[in-house]
Amino acid sequence: MTAPAQPPLLEVRDLRTEFRTDEGVVRAVDGVSFNLEAGRTLALVGESGSGKSVTSLSVMRLLPEGIGAITGGEIRIGGRDLVRLSERQMRRVRGDEIAMVFQEPMTSLTPVYTVGDQIAEAILTHDHTSRRAARRRAVELLETVGIPEPAVRARAYPHQLSGGMRQRVMIAIALSCNPKVLIADEPTTGLDVTIQAQILELMRRLQKETGMAILFITHDLGVVAEMADRVLVMYAGKVVEEAEVQALFDRPLMPYTQGLMNSIPTLGATVTGAAHPRLKAIRGSIPSPDNLPPGCAFHTRCDFALPGVCSNAPPALEPAGGGRLVRCARWRELDLASGSAA
Amino acid sequence: MTARGDEHGLLSVRELRTHFPVRGAAILSRRRIVRAVDGISFDVGSGKIVSLVGESGSGKTTVGRSILRLVEPTSGAVTFDGTDLLALRSAELRAIRRRMQIIFQDPFASLNPRMSVGRIIAEGLKLHGIGRNAADRRARVAALLERVGLTADHMRRYPHEFSGGQRQRIGIARALAVEPDFVLADEPVSALDVSIQAQVLNLLQDLREDLGLTMIFIAHDLSVVEYLSDRVGVMYLGRLMEIADARDLYARPRHPYTEALLSAAPVPKPGARRDRIVLKGETPSPIDPPSGCVFRTRCPIAGPDCARVVPPLTQIGPAHQVACIKRS
Repeated sequence: MTAPAQPPLLEVRDLRTEFRTDEGVVRAVDGVSFNLEAGRTLALVGESGSGKSVTSLSVMRLLPEGIGAITGGEIRIGGRDLVRLSERQMRRVRGDEIAMVFQEPMTSLTPVYTVGDQIAEAILTHDHTSRRAARRRAVELLETVGIPEPAVRARAYPHQLSGGMRQRVMIAIALSCNPKVLIADEPTTGLDVTIQAQILELMRRLQKETGMAILFITHDLGVVAEMADRVLVMYAGKVVEEAEVQALFDRPLMPYTQGLMNSIPTLGATVTGAAHPRLKAIRGSIPSPDNLPPGCAFHTRCDFALPGVCSNAPPALEPAGGGRLVRCARWRELDLASGSAA
Repeated sequence: MTARGDEHGLLSVRELRTHFPVRGAAILSRRRIVRAVDGISFDVGSGKIVSLVGESGSGKTTVGRSILRLVEPTSGAVTFDGTDLLALRSAELRAIRRRMQIIFQDPFASLNPRMSVGRIIAEGLKLHGIGRNAADRRARVAALLERVGLTADHMRRYPHEFSGGQRQRIGIARALAVEPDFVLADEPVSALDVSIQAQVLNLLQDLREDLGLTMIFIAHDLSVVEYLSDRVGVMYLGRLMEIADARDLYARPRHPYTEALLSAAPVPKPGARRDRIVLKGETPSPIDPPSGCVFRTRCPIAGPDCARVVPPLTQIGPAHQVACIKRS
């Protein structure tokens, strides 16, 4: 599979986002670039502190005011640079062009209104239509996202619904204005696996029906393998590897990507292998963004780090053939195999 | 590995039931109850790790807490090394708790932020009169910290100075301090990043080998427990659907719910999404569970009989039991 030739819907160039903390100013996102085309899913994958969620909040311009700010780069959609838009202009972009689904649907829904009213409200802020028509559309949307008895559930309050149902409501709100880009930030984290399977299936179906692009933020490589066309692996605020999903899992080029893959237990590994295999864990812990090591931010945990090389200059994100990018001083000499099958 | 650790179980659980009254719901004198755990039986062999896996509302956490009597079971029997735990009075219970420890899910909430790590770990030692004096206890704490992959000088620091993975190591050191025979690990890696989760799973693997720990490991995910477990039990709505030796369960799952859980787990292999069994609907409320088999409302193979009969946990192999009238 190669990268598509169609022009990107969303184009992020050299995005930088900083946060003010007690320890001073911290760069949470440090020069992130990517393209996202219609009908495609790009996964941003990383652990805590990787900057993946801050990247998605930056694209939506939803950074906490006075604490976080975009300090550089461009976010282009439909010929405009979102970084330069006023908050008022941005409100039109949210919903009309980009919508977002968060991990915690309970905190994004208002507890005192019915879910039907909340969906209708979202429709009314963007469409000039009657309240009655918006209500009708809300019920249709609840049906689209697979909620049984949608007319009845439209009258329910968020707390009367399960976590999975609330996430469906969030997706219905996101869909209400037919966005071109859906940002899904850990949309299934915290849900039971059988419910996660339902939500992922729903998102795939909706993407097929609407052709929307999805920016999928997750820590779960299983979900990445299932949902993504292309993957950005992030570590300490930077992209460390970018590739089409199959190529990435076949042969990761960055030791951190390989380490993440090896950290996941392989389901069914004991059926044919040893009874109590060990995982190949990455040693140490994720550095805090206010205390990054010099050179490559991963070198203190990397089994392949060369003293005097990896600890000195931060490596650049460079093309590695086949539309791939990798940030590692040693990627040409390393031959990393993926998979944790013991 | 012995096929069946049942006969020499260090811990045996029989027909355990833990029901809770629904708060503020005594409408028309008909008290409503949550059947959190509703008739669970299994054994944990000495030196073995038995995992209980289930989704929200399965009752897995309540089973663990009922065994330690952190919540009071409604009926049933729990025998630990010959002692009936449910018959113990509080003083006797305190004494036996030295031998039974717990590791919590949330390493952030379970450590007292005002206490140094040294004091947190030494607390159990003092409580149970372990160690000749303060210096001896300090030496024990230092050894424990090193045992779990930290260093002795960490004992002077406070919980907030540590990362999530390190705090979970502190929680493990605290549990091990009193040299327990049995440890309940209640979702110990669920809150951790993937790379850190692997470290903690490996640490638990080492501890089980070196110390011969007996453990119940509670998880919501079948993939996390596979490497560690000797036996795995799958729970749904307060009941055991299936329990088997680990390899047997992953190789030959028999219960439709186990199959669905295995099938629902996302696999880190693009294009590997198989003919997935996507269960319809959600787990019903444990206040009003379905009649007969509690899983039947979501089961792809349920028939009319499933509403009438509560399927007993039935032996279908040397160490494999399943509660399904269609599969046993």
